[in-house]
Amino acid sequence: MKQLLLGNEAVARGLYEAGCGVVSSYPGTPSTEITECAAKYEEIYAEWAPNEKVAMEVALGAAIGGRRAFCGMKHVGVNVAADPLFTASYSGVNAGLVIGVADDPGMHSSQNEQDSRHYAASAKVPMLEPADSEDSCTYAKLAFELSEKFDTPVMLRMSTRISHSQSLVEIGERQELPLKEYQKNPAKYVMMPAFAKPKHVVVEKRTEALREYAETAPINQIFWGDTKIGVIAAGSTYMYAREVLGDKASYLKLGMVNPLPVRLIQDFAAKVDTLYVIEELDDVIETHCRKIGVKVIGKDLFPWIGEFSQKLIAEKLFGKAEDTYTFPETVPMRPPVLCAGCPHRGLFYVLNQLKVMVSGDIGCYTLGASAPLSAMDTTICMGASISGLHGFNIARGEESAAKSVAVIGDSTFIHSGITGLIDISYNQGISTVIVLDNSITGMTGHQQNPTTGYTLKGDPTAKVSIEKVCNAVGINRVRVVDPYNLEETRKAIEEELAVKEPSVIISRRPCALLKYVKHNPPLKIDTERCRGCKVCLKMGCPAISVVNGKAVIDDTLCVGCGVCTELCRFGAIGKGAETK
Amino acid sequence: MNQNIMIVGVGGQGSLLASKMLGHVVMQAGYDVKVSEVHGMSQRGGSVVTYVKYSDQKVWSPVINEGEADIIISFELLEATRWVSFLKKDGTLVVNDQQIAPMPVIMGTAQYPEDVAGKLRGLGVNLKLFDALHLAEKAGNAKATNVVLMGAVANAMDFPEEMWQKALEECVPPKFLDLNRKAFALGRSQK
Ligand SMILES: Cc1ncc(C[n+]2csc(CCOP(=O)(O)OP(=O)(O)O)c2C)c(N)n1
Repeated sequence: MKQLLLGNEAVARGLYEAGCGVVSSYPGTPSTEITECAAKYEEIYAEWAPNEKVAMEVALGAAIGGRRAFCGMKHVGVNVAADPLFTASYSGVNAGLVIGVADDPGMHSSQNEQDSRHYAASAKVPMLEPADSEDSCTYAKLAFELSEKFDTPVMLRMSTRISHSQSLVEIGERQELPLKEYQKNPAKYVMMPAFAKPKHVVVEKRTEALREYAETAPINQIFWGDTKIGVIAAGSTYMYAREVLGDKASYLKLGMVNPLPVRLIQDFAAKVDTLYVIEELDDVIETHCRKIGVKVIGKDLFPWIGEFSQKLIAEKLFGKAEDTYTFPETVPMRPPVLCAGCPHRGLFYVLNQLKVMVSGDIGCYTLGASAPLSAMDTTICMGASISGLHGFNIARGEESAAKSVAVIGDSTFIHSGITGLIDISYNQGISTVIVLDNSITGMTGHQQNPTTGYTLKGDPTAKVSIEKVCNAVGINRVRVVDPYNLEETRKAIEEELAVKEPSVIISRRPCALLKYVKHNPPLKIDTERCRGCKVCLKMGCPAISVVNGKAVIDDTLCVGCGVCTELCRFGAIGKGAETK
Repeated sequence: MNQNIMIVGVGGQGSLLASKMLGHVVMQAGYDVKVSEVHGMSQRGGSVVTYVKYSDQKVWSPVINEGEADIIISFELLEATRWVSFLKKDGTLVVNDQQIAPMPVIMGTAQYPEDVAGKLRGLGVNLKLFDALHLAEKAGNAKATNVVLMGAVANAMDFPEEMWQKALEECVPPKFLDLNRKAFALGRSQK
């Protein structure tokens, strides 16, 4: 039976059919739905780990323990998980281990555009790259087979277009696998120098064996058309090229992007007149071709930056640009904004008013960097807000610490903020840290995390107390504020900035989109009182605008949070019932 | 035969249900299909786009580029102007006559264009503009705007009514089915 599945859903289906028993991941767009969909299968144990390093170690442990295991993350997640990855390559597995990594060319939802194929090459593990949902399902299954056959973790490289496109998938049955026997084997699993040295030899031999496999692997496919043009591509770029060139070209579609075959490429190259390598981001396949003496056209023609498309390929090859409609005026941008009722808004409004330096982090609250709130100075990677602020204040001294804060979400605090806080406490820093606790992992679409009291499967569980964690690492000044209360929030920040010791303010209020959060009726403007001063626009709420000199509230968006009523000096914003 | 359909709007307007319905209809008709959407950051009130492509042959690329769309369904007026360059020269633009001001307009740093419909028609675009929000309210709930729009789009496509009705049954919860059938019919009545 065929079903229309997202690439990510299809990976989850593949895990299920392959008899995978354990999934441990950390969310990150565009990888998140793999784990959310896997969690819907009763037969699969699935969890959110606090971060990618933990997730990968859990999955590796499960694989060593004899169950097929999977761990999913976005491209930058591999930076966090790189440590276990590189040595898991040496130890190998027992039952299969598959690591799903989703790249984001074009940066639809990411802070950089790194190409995860480099990780597969430098950790010396095989990497498969599907081009649609059908591939995603079959490659996930194949990845487990390869993992066990070659005794190695296998990476499955997804990308935004493959992860978030639906196409038809042939659904199969689950293969039930018995728990594999575990045998103590220090030479395999204890990677200290004496054992790691011989293991490195094994890894190099394995790469050779994998390269040999790549020469005839069924997922490295040639499709013959006209031989004037040859195209080597993988993943989405194969689809774009095929759409543009149809049977006016021949294709080598690489389903396995590490290690790359040699003879297969040389033979294909010999049969075509002009050979193009079409790959998004870096020149991984092109460099390999040059190394093995195959002449190709690659990055001389195609960009290093951003996402490709059929149009881009057509323009590069034929220079043709379609004549299209053009709207005669500049169209205003529509950037994403904090939702109406978002608890982060009040906090950022206060930070904007206080004019402090804000060491930022990654989450919905990164939108606090945009106008009109404009209250963020830096955003680098998850966790960097706290440690970065410590460094900033050491460089600039006590006065700087009195005028700067770090902001970090609850999920991000657990992911990698705690270690930064320990650094402040241990090294006698005096910085002020604000944890924006909205009781959920918002940015990636509402995943539970260790502070929410629920597991991925929805079961109630122990809740990590942010207050107690802060106390336990040596922070004595910890207080909680409600960010809907601007005055209370401002006072707390001013007080904590003034003291010469480290402090944590927890800005606590659940995300307004959570189902259990009750909304108030939309607020109303008293047009007689409204002077059109536009002060209410300063907090960037999408529900308020000023039309013909008077504020207007969009009652399809307003959730009645009331923060705007605190800004209005004329008492013009009120509950529906109070005003006319 | 291949058809490229785009659904554009503002994050949170319910375009996901629209693409799901379309996917269902196309599958019933036995076509190959790809549906592509971007999740994540853009959901927070940003501009969102979904591509639906189907064909009696294999569909390769999941995305639609400029000049390639047979039909664009826009949930909001400004978004119609943003994406109109994606429409084929003989394509159809179905637009909900609703304005949602983006943050730069709210802040006064940009202008919401005036007389959008006139300017679109001036380009020679085959434009179907109507107040889907109003019709949805008439059907019983503003949230059914997406289904009203699908009703209007059904007129521009060749699938039999039963397929649309079946897609509705599969895509909306049973307790909202009657309301959505009404919304769909109101959209259908927009010739
Ligand atoms: C290493 C890494 N993993 C995952 C992500 C994706 N990601 C960005 S922010 C975020 C979590 C945001 O949750 P939280 O800190 O609770 O803030 P909220 O969005 O709820 O405001 C995630 C998972 C990332 N950017 N980097």
